[in-house]
Amino acid sequence: MEGVEKRNQVWVFVIIGFLSLLTMVTYSMHEYYIYLAAYLWFGFVYGMCLQYGRFCFSSAFRDLFAVGVPRMAVGIMIAMVLFGTVSAFVTATGNSTFHPAPYGIHSVIAGFVFGVGMVLTGGCASGSLYKAGEGNATALLVILSISVSQAIFADIGGWANNLVPYSWHLSAVSKGLPAAINASDGWMDQYLAGYVWDQPVLLFSQWLGIRDPFLAAYVGDVLVGVVVPATVVLIAVYLIWYRKGYLRKRAEAHLPTAGLGVELAGYWSMITASKRTAIAGLVLGIAAGLHMYVMKGMQLKFGASNFGTLMKEMGITSGLSAKGTVFDPGYWYVTTQEAQWVGWVFNKLGADNMDNIYFGLENGLPNPLINPADWMSLALIGGAAVMALLSNEFKWKGTTRELAMWAIIGGTLMGIGARLGLGCNVGAFFVRVSQGDVSGWLFGLGMVGGAYVGVKFFNWWTERKLAREMAACGL
Amino acid sequence: MKFDKKSEGVYVLDVCGYVCPHPQLYTKKALEKIQAGETLELVFDNPSSGESIAAMCESTGNEVVDKAGQGGKYIWKIKKAAA
Repeated sequence: MEGVEKRNQVWVFVIIGFLSLLTMVTYSMHEYYIYLAAYLWFGFVYGMCLQYGRFCFSSAFRDLFAVGVPRMAVGIMIAMVLFGTVSAFVTATGNSTFHPAPYGIHSVIAGFVFGVGMVLTGGCASGSLYKAGEGNATALLVILSISVSQAIFADIGGWANNLVPYSWHLSAVSKGLPAAINASDGWMDQYLAGYVWDQPVLLFSQWLGIRDPFLAAYVGDVLVGVVVPATVVLIAVYLIWYRKGYLRKRAEAHLPTAGLGVELAGYWSMITASKRTAIAGLVLGIAAGLHMYVMKGMQLKFGASNFGTLMKEMGITSGLSAKGTVFDPGYWYVTTQEAQWVGWVFNKLGADNMDNIYFGLENGLPNPLINPADWMSLALIGGAAVMALLSNEFKWKGTTRELAMWAIIGGTLMGIGARLGLGCNVGAFFVRVSQGDVSGWLFGLGMVGGAYVGVKFFNWWTERKLAREMAACGL
Repeated sequence: MKFDKKSEGVYVLDVCGYVCPHPQLYTKKALEKIQAGETLELVFDNPSSGESIAAMCESTGNEVVDKAGQGGKYIWKIKKAAA
């Protein structure tokens, strides 16, 4: 605590004390609350890591195109390799909580929409959470925009039904969903049941036809699905953005600038260039893998595969889906719980938003106080705040009219992209890629394209503004 | 965002209040516009931008000659390298 301002120390103890007290008090009320506490403490670790490494998926792509900085691309690849490696054991033993997603052109389009949005807002879904923990009001506005746009988009019907291809409509109504779910009304419902569910699901291990569970998990899904593509991506990043500067520095130091050894040293130099980001990626990857173990362990201990079952046993049935479930991913996730915050408020204000697949059939709309993933996201903000306070970086920052505009526009795009892609930069990219799911890379490909377009736009926007300021200085 | 000439060869770019990617984009463009050997005094309060700006300077050869910060606000002096 040396060097940490006294007031910051007090707040660190307040936050950790509150989360500890919440864990103990709720556990004393019912042992099932330990399930929520597990989400909470992993969320806290995620928040600390994200803030420590300034770990933002948006900057991974954006900073490459905008300023040629590869540090986040490196950090994310490290985190994905480690997450995949750690969680492969639970997959190999048949205990994974992960479900691969259908893949197709929609994965790329969703990633593109999300990618444009995250450049406009200045942070991805998880990045906005950690920046909120640094006291950033713009980040809070981004979270709100993501939440509202998802809650609306998930239930949008009426005129939007006219935009649904007839083939989707027919396919959706033929699925025989429970009577409480009206699959013929709602753009998202017909998109999900009439299109997405008809798309193939593919893991790299399935693609390679590997049957042995351990070989499938470690060779198929991790080595071929994560390590090889991540290495190739980083080689491209090295050659396009890092190599020139590295060789220039070697030339200035009168060191050799040619040969395989030099290139390998340059590649390693890129990996270790930002120690903070690399360390954060390392801890995040391991924590995300352990998170899967712990949640599966809890599910085995309590004999339930979804927290909705435990809620029912506790006598809480409000907000359960038609299947008796709530959103309980079993791993790190960001956007669905955000949609549920606002969806729950809309519901309490009288909106009939439980007749759709997203809330009504799959995720429910439980009270945010007992929503498992909510505990994770709120603790993530707390963890980021603790880390920011410990490094004297916490500062309440309001927003401006310009930033608020980007937050609302970008956040809305991120919300729509997240629903189209069945997840955000964490759920649809980070987690899926790490688990060897083909759809994860497709979403990532779209995000890269979206980030490129977003950067092109901001380049034009900032050039225009700076030129006006510089003109006064004669530049 | 404010850009001003502080003295001969020294410019101030204040991007306080801005989040990513604005600080790093404005910094990159300002450094492109000033002359080699001149100094850009950068004032910002978005910690994650600092990481990217430091890496950008490292890569381009521009030297961060001084880093000061207090209460979540940072003042960096960046000397533009010769082309």
